Amino acid sequence: MDVNKNSYTFAFAGIMVVVVAAILSFAATSLKPMQDENVKREKMQNILSSIGVEVSRDEAADNYQKYIAQELVINNNELKEGVVAFDVDMAKELKKPAEERNAPLYIADKDGETYFILPLRGKGLWGPIWGYIALKGDMNTIAGAIFDHKAETPGLGAEISTPIFMDQFPDKKILDEQGNFVSIQVMKGNAEGEHEVDGISGGTITSVGVQDMIDDCMKSYITFLKNYEAQNTAAHSSSTQNTNLATLSE
Amino acid sequence: MAEVLEKKKEKKEALFSKKNRLLISDPLNDSNPITVQVLGICSALAITVKLYPALVMSISVLFVLGAGNVIISLMRNIIPNRIRIIVQLVVVAALVILVDQVLKAFAYDVSKELSVFVGLIITNCIIMGRFEAFALANGPWKSFLDGLGNAFGYAWILLAVAFFRELLGSGTLFGYPVFEKLGVYNTGYVNNGFMLLPPMALITVGIIIWVQRSRNTKLIEEN
Repeated sequence: MDVNKNSYTFAFAGIMVVVVAAILSFAATSLKPMQDENVKREKMQNILSSIGVEVSRDEAADNYQKYIAQELVINNNELKEGVVAFDVDMAKELKKPAEERNAPLYIADKDGETYFILPLRGKGLWGPIWGYIALKGDMNTIAGAIFDHKAETPGLGAEISTPIFMDQFPDKKILDEQGNFVSIQVMKGNAEGEHEVDGISGGTITSVGVQDMIDDCMKSYITFLKNYEAQNTAAHSSSTQNTNLATLSE
Repeated sequence: MAEVLEKKKEKKEALFSKKNRLLISDPLNDSNPITVQVLGICSALAITVKLYPALVMSISVLFVLGAGNVIISLMRNIIPNRIRIIVQLVVVAALVILVDQVLKAFAYDVSKELSVFVGLIITNCIIMGRFEAFALANGPWKSFLDGLGNAFGYAWILLAVAFFRELLGSGTLFGYPVFEKLGVYNTGYVNNGFMLLPPMALITVGIIIWVQRSRNTKLIEEN
């Protein structure tokens, strides 16, 4: 057979494309459920580790049930019903203007303390970066932070996902003394203030990306959190009053 | 008649004859894909900041090159000459996507390390180079050995470069803080951030080439 005939060349190319396409789509569709499960569990792992709960991927689902008390979605400073927080695609939400975004908020309960976990997503040098920041019950002090990235340079920008960088965040504050949102600054050295962390040498663009991401994503929550706090204190004080009354009547 | 005899002889050749062993040992030194043929340099610069990604990359290239060489070799008589490069590209791309999909499902952590470099494997000139230069003209077994040999040749350079860059740049090996444990920092030593940047990879490769050529004089070109 003459393998250099035009007709043969076309036939060969056609058959090859169909065969390869079939193999690849078969592999992709049959492996998809397992891949999705991995991604989901990793997300749970990330959320949990922002409040200091480190679990293996297999135990992630159980522990997630155990610690996460509430999942909320915030839209334009209001609570939004009918949307599952866990399924909100941050990448899509960030393309919308700030007022229309659905912002997921996870409320965790660990050892009697309440934590507010805020998901973040932004741009690094080569691709998206994302993370979770857990705020303590005062909605100001950071309890923990975790970052991850798609494609930052290993040893440089990729260092944002290492403890060296992430361990700087606990006990930093996002509000100034007047209660205004000031976010966290990623500094070039000399990060000593309570709103500052040290950036990564050689990873400036990624470091700035982290700073922008924190600022951009956290903004959506501040008003809601303040209202939430006010409501809860009101509810809390009224319930204390009730108990006082109850004690009195006894 | 003589041709037929020769063919028979070739078929009877032992699996690990001297010639076949050379297919593996030659790319390690005399015709190393990186230091002698200067192929695949871009990936050698990009992923040698740390040892672990370099190792994962080496293993992936080993798989893609080994399997790809065999597939191309099996198809060598039916591939139309004019579209052979495209055919090679499709084979590499398909293999790489398969590897990526399987890793994502069963070895998620490894796949996260690898994801960035998948594209680099497809464009790795060593793979296309071996398909074109060897697999299209030789049988599957020989092509398989050739693939292994070249992947090993690639791997050891990658790991050597990554070893020096991670050790001198971050003071760690596979993430283990070697210098800290040895107390090197107490003597006033500071990690060299420059080692983490691409230029130092090039210089490290250059030093390896220099050492290799001074030891192996037949590699030195005559002017």
